[in-house]
Order: sequence, then C-alpha cells, then structure tokens
Amino acid sequence: MFAFVLRRLAVAIPTLLLLIVFSFALMHLAPGGPFTAERALPPQVLANLEAKYGLNDPLWLQIWNYIYGIVVHFDFGPSFVYPDRTVNQLIAAGFPVTLTYGALSFVAAVVFGVSLGAIAAIRQNSWVDYLAVGISIGAQVLPNFVMAPLLVLVLTLWYGLLPGGGWSFSDPSFWIMPVIALATSYMASIARITRSAMLEVLGSNHIRTARAKGMPEHRVILRHALKPAMLPVISYLGPVFVSMITGSVVIDIYFSTGGIGKAFVDSALNRDYAVMMGVTILVGALTILFNLIVDVLYAWIDPKIRY
Amino acid sequence: MVIDQDKMKSLSDRMVEDEVKGRSPWADARKRFLRNRAAMLGLTILVLVAVFAVIGGQFAQWSNEELDFAVMGQVAQAGQPSIASGHYFGTDNLGRDLYARVVQGTQISLMVGVVGAAIAVIVGTLYGATAGYVGGRTDQLMMRTVDILMSIPYMFVLILLLVMFGRSMSMLFLGIGLISWLDMSRIVRGQTLSLKNREFIEAARATGVPSWKIIIRHIVPNLLGVVAVYATLLVPLMILTESFISFLGLGVQEPLTSWGALISEGAGTMNYGTLWQLAFPLFFFVITLFGFFFVGDGLRDALDPKDR
Repeated sequence: MFAFVLRRLAVAIPTLLLLIVFSFALMHLAPGGPFTAERALPPQVLANLEAKYGLNDPLWLQIWNYIYGIVVHFDFGPSFVYPDRTVNQLIAAGFPVTLTYGALSFVAAVVFGVSLGAIAAIRQNSWVDYLAVGISIGAQVLPNFVMAPLLVLVLTLWYGLLPGGGWSFSDPSFWIMPVIALATSYMASIARITRSAMLEVLGSNHIRTARAKGMPEHRVILRHALKPAMLPVISYLGPVFVSMITGSVVIDIYFSTGGIGKAFVDSALNRDYAVMMGVTILVGALTILFNLIVDVLYAWIDPKIRY
Repeated sequence: MVIDQDKMKSLSDRMVEDEVKGRSPWADARKRFLRNRAAMLGLTILVLVAVFAVIGGQFAQWSNEELDFAVMGQVAQAGQPSIASGHYFGTDNLGRDLYARVVQGTQISLMVGVVGAAIAVIVGTLYGATAGYVGGRTDQLMMRTVDILMSIPYMFVLILLLVMFGRSMSMLFLGIGLISWLDMSRIVRGQTLSLKNREFIEAARATGVPSWKIIIRHIVPNLLGVVAVYATLLVPLMILTESFISFLGLGVQEPLTSWGALISEGAGTMNYGTLWQLAFPLFFFVITLFGFFFVGDGLRDALDPKDR
C-alpha cells in the first residue's frame, strides 16, 4: 500500500510542476505584458516595474523563482494589479468561504445521491424509483448557473425565505442556496451511478447466498451490497470535485459569496495574471491531491486492485 | 394428429424468408432506436430546435442589433412578449428584440456544441486508436499524458487561455477542442485494444497493410458505434461548457450572444419583472439538452442492448 501511494505521488508531483510551467509559459506567450495599458507608461516607470516584479530576469530564473516561492514559502507572489496585495492574501480571503460551502455541497451530493440511488435500486420499479430516475434526468439539464437564478427567483423574489446573496459564517441561511445550486446536478449523477451499480450488485451471486442463509435484509444491503456498489461512485468523485471547484466560480459570482471564484473572475477581467495563475495552480494542486485520495480509497475498498 | 399443411408451409416460408433477408446489427439497432419513445421525442425536439435556428430568423420583425426606442426605459411594461409589437419573445433590457437574439444564441450555442464535439471526435478517435493499436511504450506515454491533462482543472485553464489570448470565437473553439477529446481518446483506446487482436486485423496485417491504413480503414470504422454515442452525449457537454463561460461574461462577446449569455442577462434582470428574458433562453437551453441526452441514451441502448 505504501509503495502504491509513493508511486501515485511520483506521478502527481510532476503533474503539478507541469501545470505550473504550462501556465507560466501561457503568460509569457500572451500578447502584451501585465503592464501594457492603453495609456503607455513612461519607459523609466515600466523598467522599474519590470525590475520590481523580476520580469527582466532570464525566463528560467523567473520560473525557478516562481516554483521555489510556491514550494518553499507557499508564496504565489504579488498581484500585478493591486500593488499592496499579494496573491496569497487575495486567495486567503476567499478560500474559507469556498471551502465551507464546497465541502457542504460535496457531502450533500454524496449522501443524498447515494441514498436516493440505493433506495431506488432496492425498490426498483416502485414510485420511489421513478421519482429518483425522474429527478436525476431532470437535474442533468439544471447545471449550477441555471439552478442559481431559479433558486433566487423562487426562494428570494417570490417567497422571500432566504437572502438572495452575500455570505456570513454565523448565519447558515446564507449557505443554503449556494449548497443546493452547486450540489443538485452532481447529486443526480451520483444517484444514477449508484442505482445502476446497486442493481447489478443486487443481482449477483453473493447477495443471493447472503439472502439464502437467512441474513436480515438491512445487513445484506449495508454490508454486502453497498460496498461493491460504491466503487463506480468513488471513481466518479474525482470529476465531481473538479466540477464543483469550477462551479464555485458561478456561485461566487451569482451569490456574491466572495470565495476564490470571485478573485479568479475579477483577475480574469483585470488581466491580473498572477492571481489567475495562483488560483489555477492552487485548484490544480487540490485536484491532484483529491485524485490521489480517491485512488487510495479505491484500492483500499476493492480487493481486486493490485498495487 | 393432423398437421395443418398450410400453417407449416407458411412457417417454412417465413423461416426461409428470414434467412434470406437477414437483419444486420445496424438494422436491429435502428429498429430499437425507432421504438424508443424517449429517443424519438429527443430527436423531434432537436430537429425542431435546429429548424428554429436555421429559419427562425426569417420570421423576426426586428434585427438582433436594433434598439426599439418605443420600449426603452419601460421594458417591463412595453417590452412584453406580444405578436402585435413584433417582439414575439419580448425585448431585452436595452430594447433589443429577444426573439432575434434567441435565434442567434441558438445558432451559436449549437455551433459551439457541434464543432467542439467534432474536434473531440476527430482528435480523440485518432489519438485513442493510435495509442491502442501501437501499444507498448508509446501507448503508456500517450495515455499517461491524457491522465495528466485530465487532472488539470480545465475550466480554469480555458478561462486563462481566453483572457490571455483575447476572447474570440476561434479561441473559444480551440480552447474547448483542446480539452474535449481526452475522454474520447480513453474510450476509443479501450475499444481498440479489444479490436486489435481480432482475425480481420490480423489478416490485414498479414497481407502487409501499413499500420496507419489499418487504423483508418479497419479500426476506426469499427469504432463508429461507440464514437457516435459518445459524440451525441458530448454535444450537450460542450454547450454546457460554453454557456458556463458565457454566463461568467468571459465567452461569446456582444453583439454575438449565446444561451449562456442570454440566461445570464435574464438572470440579472429578473427582479425588474421581466421574467421572459430568463424564460425563453432557458426553455431552449433545457429542451435541447434533454433532446441530446435522450438521443444519446437511446443510441447507446440501441447499439448495445445488453448494457443497460
């Protein structure tokens, strides 16, 4: 197991470095520098700026300094647009918010998705099953950027139940709509995957054996059916995680929650490359880490996987 | 016991006939597809939406760039959908005809979806088939690359690309094309691996057909089923991707528009009592996605009846 984790790490670290180098290269290939403005700066000012941000160094040194800063000091450098703020500060301001509703959405999607899918499979062709299938088909066409306005329309504008935007760590009523908007379509996908996996497992021989020896049904389901049925769900968690991080951009913009998605889009509109790269790399690192966890979890649950 | 001669005759006739006619797997698949009600509904929706995109503009009373000054400033009252004013879907907040805008948005969204999927099909199929057919170290290297690319949060990279190289349609196509082929190449590789040891490939190899020709002439045609299914499911994903970016205001730029941009506008103005600005684009968006998902699922069931 330990060797397996090491081997996965051996792939993960180069991937991350590649992402850093790739985004760095993109920045240099882009036409115009970060200080190209409509009103041209005096050459002396430009030279000073470039010296301050190290843009005159040879390219390899710039990349080295950037990677060194990230790896050793966890420092993404200064923002190009807000001279008094570093990328770290901008990210640190938004990250706790994103993490809070992101984690809640993730848990909600998995818990409700798996329960819905499992119940649908156990009671196949009952009304619960049809309801679950109906929800999962319907939710497929309701991505976060459609759910968000619809939720605000119904819950805020029509019924006035919840605040239509903003964020507060102490008041969960601000959390509800972001979580629902972000979680719905993934919950539906997880439910669909769980249902079909569960149906397959419930038809297999070891379940028949378990029932034949008189094991109580709840034990059959919980101990013998659910665990193998979780495998396709677990391998789907990696993509869900990525999509949720991506979706958080929409949530941050639409609900003004102030997470890192806001920093990302603002920097995209301001051409603040340093912040964009910082967010991209951070998100990439999280993704790679999460995929690593998923792989290990998968190997741990599935005895057929040799590592 | 008396055997009914007539009946036996008709049975034997029918059996002979059956044998002569013989149904190909494709004919079987078509029959299953035609019998699938959800898939046929999806296909009908898609045809209607496509017709709307192509000839819908002919019926517009206003162009998509024209401002209706009679409506300006009182959009909530005067800009409502009505046949009389020529604004079938109402106007947007600037007084532009929403019908013309929806037609245009439909054209662009469908185009992005189809072009994105087409890039994925071409690149993904060739890449996956090559990796699978060549095998060995090349395969390892190629698929490792795909693994690495897949673990990158592509939406962020796509936005990075769009911002750094300017937001244009061609950049959008390139960006979406860059990422969409990854899944396709994996699926195609898997299929190729199971194809490449079959007799007909061996026969081709034995007669000295070069590898690239085997891939193009013998492997790729046999992948068509899988590729078709996956491409149908890929189109809505491309539409979703584009809409997502346009919703953030980073995709298609004015005066062009797309469903995502229209939904974003409608969502921004819905507390002014102009709900139609959200409803019409959303309606087309949702039914088209439904259509593609239904047709894709139907195709999969039709081509692969055992895997449900």
